[in-house]
Amino acid sequence: MKNEYKILEIKDIIINTQTIKTFIFDWKMEKDEIPNPGQFMMIWNFNGESDEKPMSVSKIDLDNEEIGITVKNIGEFTNNLHSLKIGDELGIRGPYGNHFKLNGDNIIAIGGGVGMAPLRSFVEHAKSENKNVDVVVASVTQCELLFEEDFKKLGVNVFTSTDDGTCGYKGFATHRTIDLLKSRNYDMAIVCGPEIMMKGIFNILEDNNIPGQYSMERYMKCAIGICGQCCVDNTGWRVCIEGPIFSSEEIKQITEFGNYHRNGAGIK
Amino acid sequence: MLNMELCGIKLENPLLLAAGILGTTAASMNRVLDAGAGGVVTKSFSKEPNKGYNNPTIAEVEGGIINAVGLSSPGVELFKEELSLINRERKTEKSGKNNPNKIAIASIYGSTPDEFNYVASKIGDLIDMIELNISCPHAMVGYGSAIGQCPDNTFDVVNAVKNNVSVPVLTKLTPNVTDIKEIALSAQEAGSDGITVINSLGPGMKIDINAGVPILKNKFGGLSGPAIKPIAIKYVYDLYEDLDIPIVGVGGIRTFEDVVEFLYAGSSAVQIGTAIMYEGLEIFSQINHNLIKFMEDKGFKSIDEMVGYAH
Repeated sequence: MKNEYKILEIKDIIINTQTIKTFIFDWKMEKDEIPNPGQFMMIWNFNGESDEKPMSVSKIDLDNEEIGITVKNIGEFTNNLHSLKIGDELGIRGPYGNHFKLNGDNIIAIGGGVGMAPLRSFVEHAKSENKNVDVVVASVTQCELLFEEDFKKLGVNVFTSTDDGTCGYKGFATHRTIDLLKSRNYDMAIVCGPEIMMKGIFNILEDNNIPGQYSMERYMKCAIGICGQCCVDNTGWRVCIEGPIFSSEEIKQITEFGNYHRNGAGIK
Repeated sequence: MLNMELCGIKLENPLLLAAGILGTTAASMNRVLDAGAGGVVTKSFSKEPNKGYNNPTIAEVEGGIINAVGLSSPGVELFKEELSLINRERKTEKSGKNNPNKIAIASIYGSTPDEFNYVASKIGDLIDMIELNISCPHAMVGYGSAIGQCPDNTFDVVNAVKNNVSVPVLTKLTPNVTDIKEIALSAQEAGSDGITVINSLGPGMKIDINAGVPILKNKFGGLSGPAIKPIAIKYVYDLYEDLDIPIVGVGGIRTFEDVVEFLYAGSSAVQIGTAIMYEGLEIFSQINHNLIKFMEDKGFKSIDEMVGYAH
């Protein structure tokens, strides 16, 4: 059955920042479904207090048959994940959802905080296709910048920005992007981060006629398109099936984008 | 050709979205109506907000899923806004009149007749029908099947609601009883306008042998999907003989053949839920299309002619 869990040992844990870790798992690319950049996995932590959340795939290594998920410690579930060690097991089902589409030659990837996670696997893919990629890596402060070194190793241009100015540009990802667009041209953008940031970026990209692809997050239960928990207003699209990646044209129709979301009880 | 009536309410076709599936927001339910459903049943809600269970809330099994979402809902006050946004009334250009052939059914739950009555009394003008969920197999103690497994409790809940609302009331029953006839008759006697059978089966459990624990956070949950269809068909067939009120059949419908089977067994309308995970939202238009073809081939002029055909 497609939605059966694979119970996998944590093969490696990379400490990315003080609050962010990447968990690496063996993934049989031929037997299991190969994830595409932008897709997500449902991560079931049955160690202790059982719970399950969607997580973007940040690393897709076809040669070594490994995948990675990148997790920021922001609550009980992620705190429990962060306490796990190499060799501990997690349940994984997926990949789910749609994915980023490579339909440009000059690409800008804009990410805030742990929103860099799905961008990482896409940028890796785009570089392997010899595309020009610039990445805006934004965070609140220097020690929270994610994947800066990974991106540099891939040979893409990295433009950091921190809210407090401790590394790179001082200011928000939006300001950094406006600044970049003065001197550089792009024919596609991919964006992931806090929704308030994505909304700001959306307005900027629209003004500059750059088609964007945005990765959205909503509270999820089934991830297989039936429970209705992750549906967005007013289109009723399911973030787990029609998303999590939405184009600029689709974002325009999602009235709740940047405005509100619903919790597990369905309360806005 | 598919036009029909259920408890005096006109429907453009007999396919309804089942409770608990894609029924959390008006936008989602409108999408299901646009996809071809004749009506939608909302996710069950009650007086107060309820978070439901933590994940995992759904596990796939052979022939379907088991789920224990745990009746999560924002509560009636907040949910009224969603109800008001369901596109149940289509204005036809010619007549300029409201043409409510796409219907909204509110699924409500509670632990006492008073609670059911309170919720029902708040929503009467926003929906076309009410479905009483007295059959959820993974509800909190005192809710769901705790009511629907007892004829007297069933009577009291149906009676309380029927005394106070003007819209038709369906009572959704659990298959997890020794004698469903007694309970269905009790609901009919209390004034229920129709019966919906069946809610999910069981409850059941799935243990992941590598994790070594039950998958669902709630450990057990209701079984739905193609696996439960023969049981649902039997309940519909039996109740059709016993009841004077219409039956809405639900349980494992995935194809037009399944719909025909339910109609032949005695359902006046049917509900579709779990199969959306296999077929997508296209399931509604596909079944409608194939149902018309089937009716033409067999010489049926209306859905009504097919109801109870196997008896």
